[in-house]
Amino acid sequence: MTEETQRGASARPVFKEDEHLPFWKRWMDTDIWHSYKKSPVIIIASIAFMLLILSAIFAPLISPYTPFDPGSLNLMNGFTEPMSKNDFTGDYFFLGTDDQGRDVFSTILFGLRISLFVGLAAVLFAMTLGVILGLISGYLGGWVDGVIMRVADIQMTFPSIMVAMLLYGVGKGLTPPDLRDEMALVVLIISIGLSEWVQFARTVRGATLVEREKEYVQAGHLIGLSKWAIMLRHILPNVTGPILVIATISLALAIIAEATLSFLGVGAPKTEPSLGTLINVGRQFILSGEWWILLFPSLTLLALALSVNLFGDWLRDVLNPKLR
Amino acid sequence: MSENSLIKASDLGRVFDVSKPWLNRVLEGSEKQFLTAADKVHFDIPKGKTFALVGESGSGKSTIGKMVVGLLNPTSGNVTVDGEDLFNPKDKKAQLALRRRIQMIFQSPYASLNPRWRVKNIIAEPIKAFNLLEGKAIQTRASELLEQVGLAATDGEKYPHEFSGGQRQRIAIARALASNPEFIVCDEPTSALDVSVQSQVLNLMKDLQKDLGLTYLFISHDLSVVRFMADQIGVLYLGRLVEIADRDKLFEAPQHPYTRMLIDAAPRVDAFGRTADAVVGEIPDPINMPSGCSFHPRCPLANDRCKTEPPSLIKLDRAEVSCHAVEENRNN
Repeated sequence: MTEETQRGASARPVFKEDEHLPFWKRWMDTDIWHSYKKSPVIIIASIAFMLLILSAIFAPLISPYTPFDPGSLNLMNGFTEPMSKNDFTGDYFFLGTDDQGRDVFSTILFGLRISLFVGLAAVLFAMTLGVILGLISGYLGGWVDGVIMRVADIQMTFPSIMVAMLLYGVGKGLTPPDLRDEMALVVLIISIGLSEWVQFARTVRGATLVEREKEYVQAGHLIGLSKWAIMLRHILPNVTGPILVIATISLALAIIAEATLSFLGVGAPKTEPSLGTLINVGRQFILSGEWWILLFPSLTLLALALSVNLFGDWLRDVLNPKLR
Repeated sequence: MSENSLIKASDLGRVFDVSKPWLNRVLEGSEKQFLTAADKVHFDIPKGKTFALVGESGSGKSTIGKMVVGLLNPTSGNVTVDGEDLFNPKDKKAQLALRRRIQMIFQSPYASLNPRWRVKNIIAEPIKAFNLLEGKAIQTRASELLEQVGLAATDGEKYPHEFSGGQRQRIAIARALASNPEFIVCDEPTSALDVSVQSQVLNLMKDLQKDLGLTYLFISHDLSVVRFMADQIGVLYLGRLVEIADRDKLFEAPQHPYTRMLIDAAPRVDAFGRTADAVVGEIPDPINMPSGCSFHPRCPLANDRCKTEPPSLIKLDRAEVSCHAVEENRNN
């Protein structure tokens, strides 16, 4: 065939034409990788994020102490300064200890775990909810669209932390009293998730409105596919592009929302402290000179939120062809 | 026309409600507005033949195409396939069976293939939707179809963006053939392609018609393409058929003034150096249609009767025309 030339091929092929190269080799040739290599900020941010994730996953292996096992705690270790041995017991503490003699380094590792877990789970929940509602809203249109989008509009007028706090209060009230401690994290995840779905729903709805008019959707109708088959099999794969970016930025927001709630004392319980809870604990000692109890969890939260945010911003720019 | 017609469109009409929202209408005191995209469209397509619809942009070509495949419900009239009503099927099973027999090739091969699907899955989708084959046979059939439209079986592993426009249209044709249809609506299948590729795709479609006995409804604004493809041609103006004629008759002796205008305006290779007669005026607003014959504001032959009385189709030798001037022999 004479038209075998690449005339009509997409202007920006993501992968090299040679399909025989292994996946990572093809990946190395993409715009995303080139942009990544050129920006040192993103390299540092992504390495920092990876380190934080790894240390959260392997917290039980890395942490020198078991801070939440009351049996292993020694009150004599309380208020040990960073990088020093305790005068009484001779134990060494890298980042010092708090009032209970808990190793700050170990509590940060476990706190990071809770923060990341709650953040990721909340974003996943918000994403699932937002994507499904956005697809339905954009595809079905009419009064369904009207109802979903008005609810979204109303929610947008309130600060999301307020919505999360309200939902957390309602959720707490609904759980039976004897389950409250176990359910605390679940309620936290749902309330943060419910406060973040709007972004996903709006973006997916917009993309769906564009996609549903395309001819491949009509070709689907033609062979008698159901609404759900068209939404999930045809439209969904074509609207996922922006979802990844929003998810990354939402992750930073969710982590901060969780820390804020925990700092205010309504989030993660003292038995399962997140970074926000640790900061709240440290706040009590800042004026009496034990600065490390507050400073190190705060720096960790800063590093986590900043690296996720930088990564999300970069991803948004690199995936947006208009900003090239 | 013919006794063994496969597709029969009778009195097909479609009106779109283009009114503003209710609240705006109440506040501004405006009336509801309707757009007539197709009105009393009537044609038969015999088995194995090609019927072409030609007309300017906005003449309702695509609306009629969508109604004939069942993507759009008509406001009046109906379409029958082998005598079976497309819009009031006996049951779900009959509807699915009817759908299998009708397929469509879309205008833009860039939008009609899902960019996230591999080509083999795009082609296999109708086979799965109609439960025609099972298991490994589906992929074998997809490869067969790819070869039938002049691509390699290994192309099935690729994504649509790896192909040129002409190749994509071949993929779209392969997909349309996947359900073994008898009737295919082609909605300007070559208008998004380079001229050099157009003829390849048209030749492929003609060959497939001969091999598989397909019946086509061919929608186009390009007269040279229509002349190549069609057996019979219907000329549309503002949603109405103004002339239906066999291909040779239409090009040799066009009757309706609008058909003549279109044929005179088309650039021709044999008239090199000649100034093409431009089409006079533009298609009117379909919301506020002209009274009488809708073509009268642009018609050189219009008289008072044309301004008040809408014409209806009159039978001539090998043609049907809806024009007062032709009826009164004022057209020479």
